[in-house]
Amino acid sequence: MRNLLKEFLKGIIRENPTFVLALGLCPTLAVSVSVVNGLGMGMAASFVLLGSNCIIALIKNFIPDRIRIPCFIVVIASFVTIIELVLKAYSPVLDRALGIYVPLIVVNCIILGRAEAFASKHSVLKSLLDALGMGLGFTLALLLISGIREFFGSGKLMGHRFIAGMEPALLFIMPSGALLVIGLLLAFFNLFKKEKA
Amino acid sequence: MNAARFLSIFISSVFIYNVILSRFLGLCPFIAISKETKPALAMSFAVTFVITMSSVITWLLYRFVLAPFGMMYLRTVCFILVIASFVQLVEMVIKKVSPATYRFFGIYLPLITTNCAVLGVAVLNIDMFFANGKAITGSFYYSLAQGLCVGMGFALAMVLMSGIRERLELCSIPRSLKEFPIVFIIASILSLSFMGFNGFRF
Repeated sequence: MRNLLKEFLKGIIRENPTFVLALGLCPTLAVSVSVVNGLGMGMAASFVLLGSNCIIALIKNFIPDRIRIPCFIVVIASFVTIIELVLKAYSPVLDRALGIYVPLIVVNCIILGRAEAFASKHSVLKSLLDALGMGLGFTLALLLISGIREFFGSGKLMGHRFIAGMEPALLFIMPSGALLVIGLLLAFFNLFKKEKA
Repeated sequence: MNAARFLSIFISSVFIYNVILSRFLGLCPFIAISKETKPALAMSFAVTFVITMSSVITWLLYRFVLAPFGMMYLRTVCFILVIASFVQLVEMVIKKVSPATYRFFGIYLPLITTNCAVLGVAVLNIDMFFANGKAITGSFYYSLAQGLCVGMGFALAMVLMSGIRERLELCSIPRSLKEFPIVFIIASILSLSFMGFNGFRF
């Protein structure tokens, strides 16, 4: 039981995909303009991760070792297609906001990375928990970045204005603001890591 | 099909919507292989070649296979498979035909499969140059041009970044900023300067 809990918790802080492993940064930077977009991308990627990790853990014994990467990619791409169609049908606004970054979940290195490093070696239950933890870690990282960007860039949070008369710094919702925020956040986490060691 | 459209594709994909600095595609090689200029150039050439060729291949696949049979929803699955096998094929051909080039590209070629810029441009071509599943006039040439120009934009950003990082080796920077964080901050400033091109509107 303890072991299982560990598999779940490691993705959130100790092996956070964004801040510690520095994976899947492209969508993180591109869609983190507002908290709603960030949350949408985080949930979409988590769903794909969950589905692909489970399926790969189930079929890992039938996949020949030499062609495992193409097999993983097909599984991942199928789940991405599912989420693409679901988004188009039920949330066209979010679909337009995320744009080409929805199909690009296929090449998000977190998902292929977890398939290769974890799901192809562990049981279904463990892979499920790993995917849940990693997905949650990714979503939390996206929420943090998009929260900072939306708060400073448009003066709002989830579309609500908190400080009356605050002049937003447009820089933060522009591409260069995304790079600046992630650079400073990574530096901040580095500082923390050094102190602990 | 007209010349102005090609010029607008060139300027928007090299400068205004630079793949790396504005669209955030292909960040991994940008961060990982930009320490020195020479490998950065090799990577840029390989990426430009693969993006251009895969733009052509995915366009043909979409126009002649997926669209006529109404299987547009299979786009993501088909494109990623085609791109992955194309990269593998290129690797094998180069290894056989010209071992010197193969050594020059080294490990960068297989890495391109996971470069999101390649799939990104393929999807972007379809989104921009197809209307309701029908190709617009000159769509094929626009896709080809967009693939080539995005590759050039990638190369430009890589060369700029690697030049700066070579100089950076001689500077003393705070411990916690070393490696990744400082690269992102430099990229942020680069991206800010690229925003100056936003005035070019067509």
